[in-house]
Amino acid sequence: MILLRLVVAFLASIGRSTLGLLMATGRLAIFAGNALSQIARPPYYPVELGRQLLSVGYFSLPVVGMTALFTGAALALQIWAGGARFNAGTVVPSIVAIGIVRELGPVLGGLMVAGRVSSSIAAEIGTMRVTEQIDALTTLSTDPMKYLVLPRVLAGILAVPVLVAIGDVIGIFGGYLIGTTRLGFNSGAYIKNTLDFLTATDIASSLVKACAFGFILTLMGCYHGYHSGRGAQGVGAATTNAVVSASILILAANYVLTEAFF
Amino acid sequence: MADSGDIALPDTSTPGVPRIELRDVKKRFGHKRVLNGVSFKVMPGESLVIIGGSGTGKSVTLKCILGIIRCDSGQILLDGQPDDSSDRRTFLKQFGMLFQGGALFDSLSVWQNVAFRLRHARRPMPRKEARERAIEKLRRVGLGPETADLYPAELSGGMQKRVGLARAIATDPRIIFFDEPTAGLDPIMAGVINDLIRELVTEMGATAVTITHDMTTVRTVADHVAMLHDGKVQWFGRIEDMDSATDPYLDQFIHGRATGPIAAIR
Ligand SMILES: Nc1ncnc2c1ncn2[C@@H]1O[C@H](COP(=O)(O)OP(=O)(O)O)[C@@H](O)[C@H]1O
Ligand SMILES: [Mg+2]
Repeated sequence: MILLRLVVAFLASIGRSTLGLLMATGRLAIFAGNALSQIARPPYYPVELGRQLLSVGYFSLPVVGMTALFTGAALALQIWAGGARFNAGTVVPSIVAIGIVRELGPVLGGLMVAGRVSSSIAAEIGTMRVTEQIDALTTLSTDPMKYLVLPRVLAGILAVPVLVAIGDVIGIFGGYLIGTTRLGFNSGAYIKNTLDFLTATDIASSLVKACAFGFILTLMGCYHGYHSGRGAQGVGAATTNAVVSASILILAANYVLTEAFF
Repeated sequence: MADSGDIALPDTSTPGVPRIELRDVKKRFGHKRVLNGVSFKVMPGESLVIIGGSGTGKSVTLKCILGIIRCDSGQILLDGQPDDSSDRRTFLKQFGMLFQGGALFDSLSVWQNVAFRLRHARRPMPRKEARERAIEKLRRVGLGPETADLYPAELSGGMQKRVGLARAIATDPRIIFFDEPTAGLDPIMAGVINDLIRELVTEMGATAVTITHDMTTVRTVADHVAMLHDGKVQWFGRIEDMDSATDPYLDQFIHGRATGPIAAIR
Protein backbone atom coordinates (compact mmCIF):
# COMPACT_ATOMS: atom_id res chain seq x y z
CA MET A 1 0.00 0.00 0.00
CA ILE A 2 2.71 2.41 1.02
CA LEU A 3 4.72 1.28 -1.93
CA LEU A 4 1.82 2.03 -4.25
CA ARG A 5 1.41 5.46 -2.77
CA LEU A 6 5.10 6.17 -3.22
CA VAL A 7 4.93 5.10 -6.84
CA VAL A 8 1.91 7.33 -7.44
CA ALA A 9 3.63 10.26 -5.77
CA PHE A 10 6.70 9.64 -7.88
CA LEU A 11 4.67 9.51 -11.09
CA ALA A 12 2.77 12.62 -10.07
CA SER A 13 5.98 14.51 -9.49
CA ILE A 14 7.23 13.46 -12.92
CA GLY A 15 3.95 14.58 -14.43
CA ARG A 16 4.09 17.87 -12.58
CA SER A 17 7.61 18.68 -13.65
CA THR A 18 6.88 17.63 -17.22
CA LEU A 19 3.85 19.91 -17.28
CA GLY A 20 5.94 22.67 -15.73
CA LEU A 21 8.60 22.21 -18.37
CA LEU A 22 6.04 22.26 -21.17
CA MET A 23 4.46 25.40 -19.78
CA ALA A 24 7.82 27.12 -19.43
CA THR A 25 8.69 26.10 -22.97
CA GLY A 26 5.39 27.47 -24.21
CA ARG A 27 5.86 30.77 -22.41
CA LEU A 28 9.38 31.08 -23.75
CA ALA A 29 8.22 30.31 -27.28
CA ILE A 30 5.49 32.94 -27.07
CA PHE A 31 7.99 35.44 -25.71
CA ALA A 32 10.46 34.70 -28.51
CA GLY A 33 7.76 34.84 -31.16
CA ASN A 34 6.47 38.13 -29.82
CA ALA A 35 9.97 39.62 -29.79
CA LEU A 36 10.86 38.48 -33.30
CA SER A 37 7.51 39.48 -34.80
CA GLN A 38 8.35 43.06 -33.84
CA ILE A 39 10.68 43.13 -36.84
CA ALA A 40 7.62 43.36 -39.06
CA ARG A 41 6.22 46.54 -37.52
CA PRO A 42 7.81 49.97 -37.22
CA PRO A 43 8.92 52.06 -35.38
CA TYR A 44 12.46 50.76 -35.12
CA TYR A 45 15.10 51.85 -32.68
CA PRO A 46 18.45 51.77 -34.54
CA VAL A 47 20.23 53.67 -31.77
CA GLU A 48 19.30 50.93 -29.32
CA LEU A 49 20.47 48.25 -31.73
CA GLY A 50 23.80 50.03 -32.15
CA ARG A 51 24.21 50.28 -28.41
CA GLN A 52 23.51 46.57 -27.97
CA LEU A 53 25.83 45.58 -30.82
CA LEU A 54 28.59 47.41 -28.98
CA SER A 55 27.85 45.82 -25.64
CA VAL A 56 27.17 42.29 -26.89
CA GLY A 57 29.78 42.23 -29.64
CA TYR A 58 32.59 44.68 -29.30
CA PHE A 59 33.00 44.52 -25.53
CA SER A 60 32.97 40.71 -25.59
CA LEU A 61 35.95 40.56 -27.95
CA PRO A 62 38.65 40.33 -25.27
CA VAL A 63 36.85 37.52 -23.44
CA VAL A 64 36.21 35.50 -26.58
CA GLY A 65 39.71 36.15 -27.93
CA MET A 66 41.44 35.00 -24.74
CA THR A 67 39.23 31.95 -24.45
CA ALA A 68 39.97 30.92 -28.02
CA LEU A 69 43.71 31.57 -27.78
CA PHE A 70 44.25 29.42 -24.69
CA THR A 71 41.89 26.72 -25.91
CA GLY A 72 43.66 26.48 -29.26
CA ALA A 73 47.01 26.25 -27.52
CA ALA A 74 45.90 23.56 -25.08
CA LEU A 75 44.16 21.64 -27.84
CA ALA A 76 47.36 21.52 -29.91
CA LEU A 77 49.26 20.04 -26.96
CA GLN A 78 46.56 17.46 -26.24
CA ILE A 79 46.27 16.32 -29.82
CA TRP A 80 50.02 16.07 -30.08
CA ALA A 81 50.10 13.93 -26.94
CA GLY A 82 47.23 11.78 -28.15
CA GLY A 83 48.43 11.51 -31.75
CA ALA A 84 51.94 10.53 -30.62
CA ARG A 85 50.52 7.32 -29.16
CA PHE A 86 49.93 5.98 -32.65
CA ASN A 87 52.57 8.00 -34.48
CA ALA A 88 50.08 10.50 -35.84
CA GLY A 89 51.45 13.74 -34.39
CA THR A 90 51.16 15.36 -37.81
CA VAL A 91 47.37 15.60 -37.53
CA VAL A 92 47.71 18.48 -35.05
CA PRO A 93 46.95 21.33 -37.50
CA SER A 94 43.89 19.71 -39.03
CA ILE A 95 42.38 18.45 -35.78
CA VAL A 96 42.97 21.77 -34.05
CA ALA A 97 41.22 23.53 -36.92
CA ILE A 98 38.29 21.11 -36.91
CA GLY A 99 38.01 21.09 -33.13
CA ILE A 100 38.07 24.85 -32.84
CA VAL A 101 35.88 25.72 -35.80
CA ARG A 102 33.25 23.03 -35.48
CA GLU A 103 33.02 22.74 -31.73
CA LEU A 104 35.10 24.66 -29.26
CA GLY A 105 35.04 28.08 -30.89
CA PRO A 106 31.27 28.44 -30.94
CA VAL A 107 30.58 26.51 -27.72
CA LEU A 108 33.19 28.08 -25.49
CA GLY A 109 32.67 31.47 -27.11
CA GLY A 110 28.92 31.12 -26.63
CA LEU A 111 29.30 30.08 -23.00
CA MET A 112 31.69 32.93 -22.22
CA VAL A 113 29.43 35.48 -23.90
CA ALA A 114 26.47 33.96 -22.05
CA GLY A 115 28.27 34.53 -18.75
CA ARG A 116 28.96 38.10 -19.67
CA VAL A 117 25.91 39.16 -21.62
CA SER A 118 22.95 37.07 -20.43
CA SER A 119 23.65 38.12 -16.86
CA SER A 120 23.97 41.79 -17.63
CA ILE A 121 20.86 41.82 -19.82
CA ALA A 122 18.86 40.01 -17.13
CA ALA A 123 20.10 42.38 -14.44
CA GLU A 124 19.37 45.46 -16.51
CA ILE A 125 15.92 44.47 -17.70
CA GLY A 126 15.10 42.98 -14.29
CA THR A 127 15.99 46.26 -12.60
CA MET A 128 13.85 48.08 -15.12
CA ARG A 129 11.01 45.72 -14.26
CA VAL A 130 11.21 46.20 -10.49
CA THR A 131 11.64 49.98 -10.72
CA GLU A 132 8.56 50.20 -13.00
CA GLN A 133 10.61 51.44 -15.96
CA ILE A 134 9.03 48.77 -18.16
CA ASP A 135 5.57 49.93 -17.09
CA ALA A 136 6.65 53.48 -17.85
CA LEU A 137 7.63 52.44 -21.39
CA THR A 138 4.12 51.13 -21.93
CA THR A 139 2.57 54.38 -20.74
CA LEU A 140 4.85 56.23 -23.17
CA SER A 141 3.36 54.20 -26.06
CA THR A 142 6.61 52.30 -26.51
CA ASP A 143 6.43 48.53 -26.69
CA PRO A 144 9.06 47.09 -24.32
CA MET A 145 9.34 44.06 -26.60
CA LYS A 146 10.31 46.31 -29.46
CA TYR A 147 12.43 48.77 -27.51
CA LEU A 148 14.23 46.46 -25.07
CA VAL A 149 14.02 42.86 -26.25
CA LEU A 150 14.27 43.01 -30.04
CA PRO A 151 17.48 45.11 -30.20
CA ARG A 152 19.22 42.80 -27.72
CA VAL A 153 18.16 39.59 -29.46
CA LEU A 154 19.09 40.98 -32.87
CA ALA A 155 22.44 42.11 -31.51
CA GLY A 156 23.03 38.56 -30.27
CA ILE A 157 22.11 36.99 -33.61
CA LEU A 158 24.30 39.44 -35.53
CA ALA A 159 27.27 39.94 -33.24
CA VAL A 160 27.98 36.47 -31.86
CA PRO A 161 28.79 34.94 -35.30
CA VAL A 162 31.30 37.72 -35.89
CA LEU A 163 32.77 37.14 -32.44
CA VAL A 164 32.97 33.41 -33.04
CA ALA A 165 34.56 33.88 -36.47
CA ILE A 166 37.24 36.02 -34.88
CA GLY A 167 37.53 33.52 -32.05
CA ASP A 168 37.98 30.66 -34.54
CA VAL A 169 40.86 32.48 -36.20
CA ILE A 170 42.48 33.29 -32.86
CA GLY A 171 42.00 29.71 -31.66
CA ILE A 172 43.69 28.30 -34.74
CA PHE A 173 46.42 30.85 -34.22
CA GLY A 174 46.85 29.58 -30.63
CA GLY A 175 47.39 26.09 -31.98
CA TYR A 176 49.76 27.45 -34.59
CA LEU A 177 51.84 29.22 -31.93
CA ILE A 178 52.28 26.01 -29.94
CA GLY A 179 52.71 23.91 -33.06
CA THR A 180 55.52 26.04 -34.46
CA THR A 181 57.31 26.92 -31.23
CA ARG A 182 56.94 23.76 -29.15
CA LEU A 183 56.07 20.91 -31.48
CA GLY A 184 58.48 21.65 -34.30
CA PHE A 185 55.99 22.26 -37.11
CA ASN A 186 57.09 24.30 -40.09
CA SER A 187 55.11 27.54 -40.14
CA GLY A 188 54.10 27.42 -43.82
CA ALA A 189 53.18 23.75 -43.65
CA TYR A 190 51.02 24.28 -40.56
CA ILE A 191 49.01 27.02 -42.25
CA LYS A 192 48.70 25.10 -45.52
CA ASN A 193 47.62 21.98 -43.68
CA THR A 194 44.94 23.94 -41.82
CA LEU A 195 43.59 25.70 -44.89
CA ASP A 196 43.55 22.56 -47.04
CA PHE A 197 41.69 20.64 -44.43
CA LEU A 198 38.89 23.02 -43.47
CA THR A 199 35.74 22.86 -45.61
CA ALA A 200 32.99 25.35 -46.18
CA THR A 201 30.66 23.13 -44.15
CA ASP A 202 32.95 23.38 -41.14
CA ILE A 203 32.83 27.15 -41.30
CA ALA A 204 29.10 27.25 -41.97
CA SER A 205 28.52 24.96 -39.01
CA SER A 206 30.54 27.30 -36.80
CA LEU A 207 28.59 30.36 -37.86
CA VAL A 208 25.16 28.74 -37.73
CA LYS A 209 25.90 27.54 -34.21
CA ALA A 210 27.07 31.02 -33.28
CA CYS A 211 23.84 32.56 -34.59
CA ALA A 212 21.78 30.11 -32.58
CA PHE A 213 23.83 30.65 -29.42
CA GLY A 214 23.64 34.42 -29.83
CA PHE A 215 19.88 34.13 -30.06
CA ILE A 216 19.68 31.82 -27.05
CA LEU A 217 21.90 33.81 -24.74
CA THR A 218 20.28 37.18 -25.39
CA LEU A 219 16.78 35.69 -25.32
CA MET A 220 17.40 34.06 -21.95
CA GLY A 221 18.74 37.31 -20.53
CA CYS A 222 15.68 39.21 -21.78
CA TYR A 223 13.18 36.54 -20.75
CA HIS A 224 14.40 36.15 -17.19
CA GLY A 225 14.89 39.89 -16.74
CA TYR A 226 11.43 40.62 -18.13
CA HIS A 227 9.81 38.14 -15.75
CA SER A 228 11.98 39.11 -12.82
CA GLY A 229 10.47 38.79 -9.35
CA ARG A 230 10.10 41.78 -7.09
CA GLY A 231 12.99 43.51 -5.36
CA ALA A 232 16.75 43.00 -5.43
CA GLN A 233 16.28 39.31 -4.69
CA GLY A 234 14.11 38.90 -7.78
CA VAL A 235 16.75 40.51 -9.98
CA GLY A 236 19.48 38.33 -8.46
CA ALA A 237 17.50 35.18 -9.17
CA ALA A 238 16.72 36.36 -12.70
CA THR A 239 20.42 36.90 -13.37
CA THR A 240 21.41 33.44 -12.13
CA ASN A 241 18.59 31.75 -14.02
CA ALA A 242 19.50 33.58 -17.21
CA VAL A 243 23.12 32.38 -17.17
CA VAL A 244 22.30 28.82 -16.12
CA SER A 245 19.49 28.33 -18.62
CA ALA A 246 21.44 30.02 -21.43
CA SER A 247 24.42 27.75 -20.80
CA ILE A 248 22.38 24.56 -20.71
CA LEU A 249 20.37 25.52 -23.77
CA ILE A 250 23.57 26.37 -25.64
CA LEU A 251 25.01 22.95 -24.88
CA ALA A 252 21.78 21.22 -25.86
CA ALA A 253 21.45 23.25 -29.05
CA ASN A 254 25.08 22.46 -29.81
CA TYR A 255 24.34 18.77 -29.73
CA VAL A 256 21.28 19.15 -31.95
CA LEU A 257 23.10 21.32 -34.47
CA THR A 258 26.10 19.01 -34.50
CA GLU A 259 23.79 16.12 -35.37
CA ALA A 260 22.31 18.25 -38.12
CA PHE A 261 25.71 19.00 -39.64
CA PHE A 262 27.10 15.52 -39.05
CA MET B 1 -0.06 71.66 -30.94
CA ALA B 2 2.06 68.55 -31.48
CA ASP B 3 3.51 68.60 -34.96
CA SER B 4 4.34 64.92 -35.40
CA GLY B 5 1.17 63.08 -36.24
CA ASP B 6 1.21 60.37 -33.62
CA ILE B 7 2.84 62.17 -30.69
CA ALA B 8 -0.48 63.29 -29.29
CA LEU B 9 -3.83 62.46 -30.75
CA PRO B 10 -6.81 64.76 -30.62
CA ASP B 11 -9.11 64.29 -27.69
CA THR B 12 -11.35 61.27 -28.23
CA SER B 13 -13.64 61.93 -25.31
CA THR B 14 -17.37 62.44 -25.71
CA PRO B 15 -19.09 64.89 -23.37
CA GLY B 16 -21.22 63.07 -20.84
CA VAL B 17 -19.40 59.75 -21.29
CA PRO B 18 -16.94 58.90 -18.54
CA ARG B 19 -13.34 58.86 -19.73
CA ILE B 20 -12.67 56.10 -17.27
CA GLU B 21 -15.14 53.82 -15.60
CA LEU B 22 -14.43 50.89 -13.33
CA ARG B 23 -17.17 48.37 -12.63
CA ASP B 24 -16.64 45.93 -9.82
CA VAL B 25 -12.95 45.40 -10.53
CA LYS B 26 -11.28 42.62 -8.57
CA LYS B 27 -7.66 41.65 -8.33
CA ARG B 28 -5.76 39.29 -6.10
CA PHE B 29 -2.10 38.40 -5.86
CA GLY B 30 -1.80 34.83 -4.69
CA HIS B 31 -3.98 34.58 -1.62
CA LYS B 32 -3.96 38.29 -1.04
CA ARG B 33 -7.10 40.07 -2.16
CA VAL B 34 -6.11 43.59 -3.10
CA LEU B 35 -9.10 44.92 -5.06
CA ASN B 36 -12.42 43.48 -4.06
CA GLY B 37 -14.96 45.18 -6.29
CA VAL B 38 -13.79 48.70 -7.05
CA SER B 39 -16.17 50.94 -9.02
CA PHE B 40 -15.92 54.61 -9.91
CA LYS B 41 -16.20 57.00 -12.85
CA VAL B 42 -14.07 59.90 -14.01
CA MET B 43 -15.78 62.38 -16.34
CA PRO B 44 -13.84 64.31 -19.03
CA GLY B 45 -11.95 67.29 -17.65
CA GLU B 46 -12.45 66.18 -14.10
CA SER B 47 -9.90 65.58 -11.39
CA LEU B 48 -10.31 62.57 -9.16
CA VAL B 49 -8.14 62.06 -6.12
CA ILE B 50 -7.78 58.57 -4.68
CA ILE B 51 -6.86 58.40 -1.02
CA GLY B 52 -6.38 55.44 1.29
CA GLY B 53 -3.84 53.78 3.54
CA SER B 54 -0.65 52.43 2.06
CA GLY B 55 -1.05 48.99 0.57
CA THR B 56 -4.78 49.40 -0.08
CA GLY B 57 -4.28 48.94 -3.80
CA LYS B 58 -4.28 52.50 -5.10
CA SER B 59 -1.32 51.95 -7.41
CA VAL B 60 -2.72 48.58 -8.46
CA THR B 61 -5.98 50.32 -9.44
CA LEU B 62 -4.15 52.68 -11.77
CA LYS B 63 -2.13 49.85 -13.28
CA CYS B 64 -5.31 47.88 -13.94
CA ILE B 65 -6.74 50.84 -15.83
CA LEU B 66 -3.54 50.99 -17.90
CA GLY B 67 -3.59 47.27 -18.58
CA ILE B 68 -0.15 46.86 -17.00
CA ILE B 69 -1.84 44.56 -14.50
CA ARG B 70 -4.73 42.45 -15.74
CA CYS B 71 -7.63 42.45 -13.33
CA ASP B 72 -9.26 39.13 -12.41
CA SER B 73 -12.84 40.23 -12.98
CA GLY B 74 -14.93 43.33 -13.49
CA GLN B 75 -14.96 45.82 -16.33
CA ILE B 76 -12.84 48.81 -17.20
CA LEU B 77 -14.36 51.18 -19.75
CA LEU B 78 -12.30 53.82 -21.50
CA ASP B 79 -14.45 56.49 -23.18
CA GLY B 80 -17.39 54.16 -22.70
CA GLN B 81 -15.72 51.31 -24.60
CA PRO B 82 -14.65 48.07 -22.96
CA ASP B 83 -10.90 48.17 -23.27
CA ASP B 84 -9.30 45.93 -25.81
CA SER B 85 -5.72 46.42 -26.79
CA SER B 86 -6.27 48.68 -29.80
CA ASP B 87 -8.47 51.07 -27.82
CA ARG B 88 -5.90 51.04 -25.12
CA ARG B 89 -3.19 52.06 -27.59
CA THR B 90 -5.26 55.04 -28.66
CA PHE B 91 -5.92 55.82 -25.02
CA LEU B 92 -2.24 55.64 -24.13
CA LYS B 93 -1.35 58.10 -26.86
CA GLN B 94 -3.27 60.84 -25.07
CA PHE B 95 -1.96 59.76 -21.74
CA GLY B 96 0.80 60.57 -19.27
CA MET B 97 1.69 59.03 -15.96
CA LEU B 98 3.90 59.86 -13.03
CA PHE B 99 4.93 56.66 -11.26
CA GLN B 100 5.24 56.40 -7.51
CA GLY B 101 8.98 55.78 -7.72
CA GLY B 102 9.58 58.09 -10.69
CA ALA B 103 10.48 55.15 -12.98
CA LEU B 104 12.99 57.23 -14.92
CA PHE B 105 15.09 55.43 -17.52
CA ASP B 106 18.49 55.41 -15.90
CA SER B 107 20.38 54.86 -19.14
CA LEU B 108 19.07 58.17 -20.49
CA SER B 109 19.80 61.73 -19.40
CA VAL B 110 17.14 63.87 -17.80
CA TRP B 111 16.14 65.70 -20.95
CA GLN B 112 16.04 62.46 -22.94
CA ASN B 113 13.73 61.04 -20.31
CA VAL B 114 11.42 64.03 -20.52
CA ALA B 115 11.46 64.03 -24.31
CA PHE B 116 11.25 60.24 -24.58
CA ARG B 117 7.88 60.17 -26.23
CA LEU B 118 8.75 62.96 -28.66
CA ARG B 119 11.98 61.22 -29.67
CA HIS B 120 10.55 57.71 -29.94
CA ALA B 121 7.40 58.44 -31.88
CA ARG B 122 6.97 57.00 -35.33
CA ARG B 123 8.16 60.33 -36.68
CA PRO B 124 10.58 61.55 -34.02
CA MET B 125 10.84 65.23 -33.21
CA PRO B 126 14.26 66.69 -34.12
CA ARG B 127 16.73 66.51 -31.26
CA LYS B 128 17.15 70.25 -30.74
CA GLU B 129 13.45 70.99 -30.70
CA ALA B 130 12.75 68.06 -28.37
CA ARG B 131 15.45 69.22 -26.02
CA GLU B 132 13.99 72.71 -25.89
CA ARG B 133 10.57 71.28 -25.15
CA ALA B 134 12.06 69.15 -22.39
CA ILE B 135 13.80 72.13 -20.79
CA GLU B 136 10.56 74.10 -20.90
CA LYS B 137 8.72 71.26 -19.14
CA LEU B 138 11.51 70.93 -16.58
CA ARG B 139 11.11 74.62 -15.82
CA ARG B 140 7.42 74.08 -15.13
CA VAL B 141 8.23 71.55 -12.43
CA GLY B 142 10.83 73.85 -10.89
CA LEU B 143 14.01 72.40 -12.38
CA GLY B 144 16.59 74.58 -14.15
CA PRO B 145 18.18 73.86 -17.55
CA GLU B 146 21.37 72.70 -15.79
CA THR B 147 19.58 69.50 -14.76
CA ALA B 148 18.85 68.59 -18.40
CA ASP B 149 22.12 66.78 -19.00
CA LEU B 150 22.36 65.02 -15.65
CA TYR B 151 21.46 61.35 -15.28
CA PRO B 152 18.63 60.17 -12.99
CA ALA B 153 21.12 58.56 -10.59
CA GLU B 154 22.62 62.00 -9.96
CA LEU B 155 19.33 63.46 -8.73
CA SER B 156 17.69 63.42 -5.32
CA GLY B 157 14.44 61.49 -4.90
CA GLY B 158 12.34 64.65 -5.01
CA MET B 159 14.08 65.84 -8.16
CA GLN B 160 13.52 62.45 -9.81
CA LYS B 161 9.86 62.76 -8.96
CA ARG B 162 9.70 66.12 -10.67
CA VAL B 163 11.51 64.85 -13.75
CA GLY B 164 8.95 62.04 -13.84
CA LEU B 165 6.24 64.66 -13.70
CA ALA B 166 7.85 66.65 -16.52
CA ARG B 167 7.99 63.45 -18.59
CA ALA B 168 4.32 62.75 -17.87
CA ILE B 169 3.23 66.17 -19.15
CA ALA B 170 5.75 66.48 -22.00
CA THR B 171 3.23 65.90 -24.78
CA ASP B 172 0.39 67.84 -23.10
CA PRO B 173 -1.64 64.68 -22.51
CA ARG B 174 -5.42 64.69 -22.21
CA ILE B 175 -5.42 62.17 -19.38
CA ILE B 176 -2.87 62.15 -16.60
CA PHE B 177 -2.28 59.82 -13.65
CA PHE B 178 -0.17 60.99 -10.74
CA ASP B 179 0.94 58.42 -8.21
CA GLU B 180 1.87 60.32 -5.04
CA PRO B 181 3.17 63.40 -6.85
CA THR B 182 4.21 65.28 -3.72
CA ALA B 183 5.65 62.44 -1.63
CA GLY B 184 9.26 63.26 -0.79
CA LEU B 185 9.00 66.94 -1.74
CA ASP B 186 9.43 69.92 0.57
CA PRO B 187 6.22 71.85 1.33
CA ILE B 188 7.01 74.67 -1.07
CA MET B 189 7.78 72.38 -3.98
CA ALA B 190 4.70 70.34 -3.08
CA GLY B 191 2.70 73.55 -3.40
CA VAL B 192 4.20 74.22 -6.83
CA ILE B 193 3.31 70.71 -7.99
CA ASN B 194 -0.22 70.92 -6.60
CA ASP B 195 -0.81 74.18 -8.46
CA LEU B 196 0.64 72.67 -11.61
CA ILE B 197 -1.74 69.72 -11.49
CA ARG B 198 -4.69 72.02 -10.86
CA GLU B 199 -3.58 74.18 -13.79
CA LEU B 200 -3.37 71.19 -16.12
CA VAL B 201 -6.93 70.32 -15.26
CA THR B 202 -8.49 73.77 -15.32
CA GLU B 203 -6.51 75.38 -18.13
CA MET B 204 -5.72 72.45 -20.39
CA GLY B 205 -8.97 70.64 -19.64
CA ALA B 206 -7.09 67.43 -18.90
CA THR B 207 -8.64 64.54 -17.00
CA ALA B 208 -6.57 63.65 -13.96
CA VAL B 209 -6.43 60.83 -11.43
CA THR B 210 -4.14 61.54 -8.51
CA ILE B 211 -3.14 59.23 -5.69
CA THR B 212 -2.01 60.98 -2.56
CA HIS B 213 -1.74 60.89 1.23
CA ASP B 214 -1.24 64.63 1.32
CA MET B 215 -4.42 66.41 2.40
CA THR B 216 -3.17 69.69 0.89
CA THR B 217 -2.97 67.95 -2.48
CA VAL B 218 -6.47 66.57 -1.99
CA ARG B 219 -7.87 70.03 -1.29
CA THR B 220 -5.97 71.76 -4.11
CA VAL B 221 -6.40 69.20 -6.83
CA ALA B 222 -9.63 67.26 -6.33
CA ASP B 223 -13.02 67.69 -7.91
CA HIS B 224 -13.99 64.30 -6.58
CA VAL B 225 -12.46 62.12 -3.92
CA ALA B 226 -12.50 58.33 -3.72
CA MET B 227 -11.32 56.66 -0.59
CA LEU B 228 -10.13 53.07 -0.94
CA HIS B 229 -10.34 50.78 2.03
CA ASP B 230 -10.26 47.02 2.22
CA GLY B 231 -10.39 46.56 -1.53
CA LYS B 232 -13.44 48.73 -2.07
CA VAL B 233 -14.34 52.38 -2.57
CA GLN B 234 -15.28 53.27 0.99
CA TRP B 235 -16.35 56.80 0.21
CA PHE B 236 -16.84 58.68 -3.06
CA GLY B 237 -17.98 62.24 -3.30
CA ARG B 238 -17.31 65.82 -4.25
CA ILE B 239 -14.49 67.58 -2.47
CA GLU B 240 -16.96 70.15 -1.04
CA ASP B 241 -18.79 67.33 0.69
CA MET B 242 -15.73 65.70 2.14
CA ASP B 243 -15.56 67.68 5.38
CA SER B 244 -19.22 67.30 6.19
CA ALA B 245 -19.23 63.59 5.39
CA THR B 246 -20.04 61.34 8.30
CA ASP B 247 -18.19 58.26 7.11
CA PRO B 248 -16.06 57.21 10.09
CA TYR B 249 -13.32 55.74 7.85
CA LEU B 250 -13.02 58.94 5.85
CA ASP B 251 -13.12 61.01 9.00
CA GLN B 252 -10.31 59.04 10.59
CA PHE B 253 -8.21 59.22 7.42
CA ILE B 254 -8.50 62.93 6.69
CA HIS B 255 -7.84 63.86 10.29
CA GLY B 256 -5.03 61.35 10.66
CA ARG B 257 -6.37 59.79 13.86
CA ALA B 258 -4.66 56.71 15.21
CA THR B 259 -7.91 55.38 16.62
CA GLY B 260 -11.02 54.62 14.60
CA PRO B 261 -12.44 51.93 12.37
CA ILE B 262 -9.20 51.62 10.38
CA ALA B 263 -6.81 49.51 12.44
CA ALA B 264 -3.44 51.23 12.70
CA ILE B 265 -1.66 47.90 13.00
CA ARG B 266 -2.15 45.67 10.00
N1 LIG C 1 3.02 42.83 -8.85
C1 LIG C 1 2.60 42.51 -7.61
N2 LIG C 1 2.73 41.26 -7.15
C2 LIG C 1 2.30 40.92 -5.92
N3 LIG C 1 1.73 41.77 -5.06
C3 LIG C 1 1.57 43.04 -5.45
C4 LIG C 1 2.00 43.49 -6.74
N4 LIG C 1 1.73 44.81 -6.86
C5 LIG C 1 1.16 45.16 -5.68
N5 LIG C 1 1.06 44.12 -4.83
C6 LIG C 1 0.47 44.13 -3.49
O1 LIG C 1 -0.78 44.78 -3.57
C7 LIG C 1 -0.99 45.60 -2.46
C8 LIG C 1 -1.37 46.99 -2.88
O2 LIG C 1 -0.25 47.61 -3.49
P1 LIG C 1 -0.28 49.12 -3.99
O3 LIG C 1 -1.40 49.30 -4.94
O4 LIG C 1 1.08 49.42 -4.50
O5 LIG C 1 -0.55 49.94 -2.66
P2 LIG C 1 -0.76 51.50 -2.52
O6 LIG C 1 -2.19 51.69 -2.21
O7 LIG C 1 0.10 51.92 -1.37
O8 LIG C 1 -0.35 52.14 -3.79
C9 LIG C 1 0.27 45.54 -1.62
O9 LIG C 1 0.05 44.70 -0.54
C10 LIG C 1 1.30 44.96 -2.54
O10 LIG C 1 2.18 44.15 -1.82
MG1 LIG D 1 1.20 53.14 -4.31
